Amino acid sequence: MAQLATVLEDQRKTEETALITGSEAIAVACKLADVDVITAYPIRPYDTVMQYVSKLVSNGELDCEYIVAEGEHSQFEIVKHASAAGARVFCGSSGVGWMYAMEALTVTPALRIPMVAMVGNRALDDPGAFGVEHNDALTVRDLGWQLVWVDTAQEALDTALIAYRVSEDRRIFLPCAISCDGAFLTHSQALVKIPSQAQVNEFLPRYNRADLLLHPDNPITVAPQGNEDWVMEIRRQNYAAMERVSDVLREAYADFERIFGRSYGNPFFEEYETDDADIVLMGMGTLSTPVKVAIRKMRKAGKKVGFVRMRWFRPFAAVELAKSLSRFSAVGVVDRDYSFGSPFMSGVLANEVRSALYSSPGEKPPVVGFIAGLGGREVTVPDVERITDGVYNAAEGRPQPLTQWIGLRE
Amino acid sequence: MGRLFAIEIIYRGIYQKTLASRISRAIVLAAHQEGKPGISFGRYGDSPERNGIPAKNFAIVGTDQETLEQGMAKYEPKEVDITIAVDDTLCKGVESWAWYGLQPVNKLLKPGGTLIVTSRETPEALIKMAHRKETPYQLAIAKGTPSFSGLWVYKDDHTDVRILGAIAKLLPELFSLKSVQKAIVNEWKDPLKAESAARSYERISTTKVLPNQGNPEIPYKFEFPKWHEMGDGIAIPSIPAGRAVEDPVSHATGGFRPDRNPTFKKFTTRTMRPVVNFDTCIKCTLCWLQCPDSCFDVTPEGLYDANMQACCGCGVCEAVCPVKDCVTMVNESEFSDNASQWEDWRKDKDAYKVWLEDKIKTRSERSHGFRYRGQYEEQIPEMLQIAREG
Repeated sequence: MAQLATVLEDQRKTEETALITGSEAIAVACKLADVDVITAYPIRPYDTVMQYVSKLVSNGELDCEYIVAEGEHSQFEIVKHASAAGARVFCGSSGVGWMYAMEALTVTPALRIPMVAMVGNRALDDPGAFGVEHNDALTVRDLGWQLVWVDTAQEALDTALIAYRVSEDRRIFLPCAISCDGAFLTHSQALVKIPSQAQVNEFLPRYNRADLLLHPDNPITVAPQGNEDWVMEIRRQNYAAMERVSDVLREAYADFERIFGRSYGNPFFEEYETDDADIVLMGMGTLSTPVKVAIRKMRKAGKKVGFVRMRWFRPFAAVELAKSLSRFSAVGVVDRDYSFGSPFMSGVLANEVRSALYSSPGEKPPVVGFIAGLGGREVTVPDVERITDGVYNAAEGRPQPLTQWIGLRE
Repeated sequence: MGRLFAIEIIYRGIYQKTLASRISRAIVLAAHQEGKPGISFGRYGDSPERNGIPAKNFAIVGTDQETLEQGMAKYEPKEVDITIAVDDTLCKGVESWAWYGLQPVNKLLKPGGTLIVTSRETPEALIKMAHRKETPYQLAIAKGTPSFSGLWVYKDDHTDVRILGAIAKLLPELFSLKSVQKAIVNEWKDPLKAESAARSYERISTTKVLPNQGNPEIPYKFEFPKWHEMGDGIAIPSIPAGRAVEDPVSHATGGFRPDRNPTFKKFTTRTMRPVVNFDTCIKCTLCWLQCPDSCFDVTPEGLYDANMQACCGCGVCEAVCPVKDCVTMVNESEFSDNASQWEDWRKDKDAYKVWLEDKIKTRSERSHGFRYRGQYEEQIPEMLQIAREG
């Protein structure tokens, strides 16, 4: 018996490896974070998380209140209130489900609720399609949500733990949405290192709602009516909280590396083959896979192409990014989203990148926007090669549209 | 640079909402007759749908469009030429839902500006009710009851055009009586209303109010915190539950007084207040139970004292009290302070009895509505007499 106890104890402390999807990785993170209240409402591709969470609950591996609400609006309202009462919460949605929760999504940052949500990115209706587009999660980009895009199941799990740590920090108390590309990440199994509970306990302190705890022993009124005498001050507080996120994120990533032995380098964006690159491509999420494959191929042909994958979209590391991009002769931003009528009709990320560069003291390389992979269409290696040609055109000063559609039947 | 005129109409929701809007619209239309552009609006933050809550309408007029634009896109002008109070109990001050604390009725008046009040009181009584103002101003009384004109079943008593006629007299730079009459005929197609405006023009007179006249109380003030001084998460501490009440004579403690919102006193929210006969109270609890604002403090001996910090003057207590004349609603103009009736009674029961009988001997006709069916019809002869004789 003593030997078995040792074996079990060793197992408790050791990292395991499991073949799981991005959604399952998020569910495992919920278990490791010992989440108290989880709400759900089915919509593909987010619903895979529901399935894994309910399995964990019914197997007795996760002790939480698991509530299937009557719709996304209630789903997000329930966890908002539970979080105000001191519970660590999780929920999520996709596409128009996320939009249906919009009212709850807008009030969550204003009330400084550290909700962690998973967005299984999905095209907005119509037409009803299941594939990935980033417009769903991007709708909350101005509201005080922290937004992060991950590209592997491992990163999904790790980022969920980091998200709890940062969101629940008293200096922050803001919600965080973790975006996982529908299908390519939510439904695709890969080998993931699952940290031990002991490691997670060391990394992630208990959620302490402190002075904002909604409890009979701490009688407060949350969200009273306020007029124009109060709103600006309240918005300014949220501005300050978002301003603090970057430093708290850096602390969390440094601690993550110390405890789990896995490093993400720059927390805000990943750079791939940029050291000697002439031009770079940019994008978010699983787009990284075909882009990296294409880059390896193109480099063999002598094209010095790099890739910058934005991980944290909010807060947006504008200064750091502009500094990094100033090294290259042109930048191609691949948006898996659209922003009809925006400057140059570019996607959301392209215009954010242009904006970051505009006020930068360094070199300002030309930025070409590419719309690709909408509605879950695959972005292929030849697509990336065509994109790269466009970026080289920009680098060499050849005139071309500032926004180009790639992978479109035309 | 031309001249910018601002006029505010202070009224009580909801019964006077239409009346106030008609007055401010008519001001703009009359000014338009003289080529002066203007705008009319209700203060956005007000809650005029609430019974009795003070609220405001504004008419802003410029001698030209450029001047007018300096008075636009504001919730409330910083100063006005004329303040109109269509309910005389508003002279005690204005506590709207749009801000915090009490605004003296004459606060926005420019030096030498005019306060027009519809009232049957004397100038002396109204001057006493209003807070003192550093600069002199004029008081003009348009004789009449608090009008509900324009609201559903109530008859038009011409309060709107009588105010317009008075403005033409008091501020002739804004518009003439002729312009007022043209606007009235255009808007209402009623020559009789135009005649009412003319009568009011002839009858209106003013009394000068000096800085040493009026209620000397310093109204409650509120300091706004800076953004970093405020707690975050839009969470505010609750108001504590409350405590026992101390008897001013025996110093015994008992009963219960709930703590109340320190920033919203409701001292001027009501037009009437309950006067309680503690000698006949049978402690049935009904007033305390039914009061929608929890305004009754429970005294150590188990009596119920209406606290004027919380009373909105709705009259439910009077309606539910089973004892004759134990709770009587009395018009606010009868009172000069917000003191505890129970404390006065405890200190001198005989004096209190005399005071109480004096207060309730003539019943006020109305609260924010009428007290019984048919009361409106009873008032019509008096209203007609006012119209004929001024």
